[in-house]
Amino acid sequence: MTVGPRSRLHELILANEFVVTAELPTTDSADPSSVHEVADVLKGYVDAVNCTDNSTAHPHIAPLAAAHLLIDRGIEAIQQFACRDRNRLALQADLLGAAALGVRNVCLMTGDDVIAGDHPEAKPIYDVDSVHLLRIARIMRDDGTYLSGRALTGPPSFLIGAVENPFAPPQEFRPMRLGKKIEAGAEFVQTQICFNVPAMRLFMARTGDLGLLGRVPVIGGVFVMRSARAARYLRDSVPGLDVPEDVVQRIEAASPDRQAEVGVQIAVEIVQQLREIDGVGGVHLMAIKNEEGLLRVIEEAGLLPRPSVTSSSIAS
Amino acid sequence: MTRARLDRRPAASAAPPRGLLRRSVLALERRVKEDLWDCRMCGQCILHSTGLSCPMRCPKNLRNGPCGGVLQDGHCEVLPDQMCVWVQAWRSSTKLPIWRHEMRHIQKPVDWRLQETSSWENLFTRRDGHAPKAWREHVGTGSPRS
Repeated sequence: MTVGPRSRLHELILANEFVVTAELPTTDSADPSSVHEVADVLKGYVDAVNCTDNSTAHPHIAPLAAAHLLIDRGIEAIQQFACRDRNRLALQADLLGAAALGVRNVCLMTGDDVIAGDHPEAKPIYDVDSVHLLRIARIMRDDGTYLSGRALTGPPSFLIGAVENPFAPPQEFRPMRLGKKIEAGAEFVQTQICFNVPAMRLFMARTGDLGLLGRVPVIGGVFVMRSARAARYLRDSVPGLDVPEDVVQRIEAASPDRQAEVGVQIAVEIVQQLREIDGVGGVHLMAIKNEEGLLRVIEEAGLLPRPSVTSSSIAS
Repeated sequence: MTRARLDRRPAASAAPPRGLLRRSVLALERRVKEDLWDCRMCGQCILHSTGLSCPMRCPKNLRNGPCGGVLQDGHCEVLPDQMCVWVQAWRSSTKLPIWRHEMRHIQKPVDWRLQETSSWENLFTRRDGHAPKAWREHVGTGSPRS
């Protein structure tokens, strides 16, 4: 069945545009302006913004609320769903609710373990895994039912995304896992932060060997570092990241007042190298308290202006 | 905080089996599989699809492959002193003479009602083959162009 574009992001993907997404800095405020302010900064620089789901297992503003506040400001949201905190009932309820509140893209993942967060004593859920959740979302959207088979009276129409980490062991299996996620229903994939471009090339080559190249756009994660401290934090404290020593040394070699500049340069270079890899369909930018650096990367990597789309054709 | 062993399996919800035969099967399965594979008695065994590495030992109960948090040395992010269950699964699956390709099969969601029941009995009675209705009937795969 052919439908119109499900979202602005979908329309850009169909037009083979190199897409730019960014992560919304987590907020811990009940004041809606905490999201609105970031939205106004990012507007015009990115095609869609990810609303994380209790990232690194720390509670933050609910992603559904954040997504809704972004949409209020005319920014397209990608709402993330982690399997860590909710069982299959709650996940389906929230998927439906997100669609009802105007969320047009969802991104489904396992989630960092509670042990990594500030509530390590919490009970983790993990009722279903990310592959299950992808298929559940497809069932709701395409078959118009819950997992149980009970009918929805109005199915959602969102675009469904997944994540993958090309840089974590077992690296040879990662492309097959991507294949499982595509088979389960993923329509775009956002990757973990890339500092090791050769590893990304290898991942994409293996993906090609499996015949998966071009099936879904792989949106490469890029982090904009503000200091050498950030580089060391990513290397030492974020499980699953591969931060090569030369990256850390390069930013450490700069004087403290120049480190943010070097962080931007490194990110710009990675964006440009990712863009050359066959099958990479965009970049997903992340930063911690460094929106200025993030905007500079988008500008200096030549990603502006962002293409406009005819939003009237988007399916409702 | 690291722990040598982290067991997150839920409590059994099924009543213990009745009859000597059923109880013997359960006791035998538990004895053999707990000793050999640190089996967690989920009652819906997929060991042959996972390189004989029990996926329920994964602290996230993942049935379809590793999470993104595997450390660079192949260890688990939750239990850093232990190898990731799925790194072990991948390595040993490549050595299996058969079932090797089953690592690529999509596994259905866990039926938590089967915890602490015998997967051998469930295989025989086909109870472990049950998947939610919509899961069974769904066809189609992902691609933004389909």
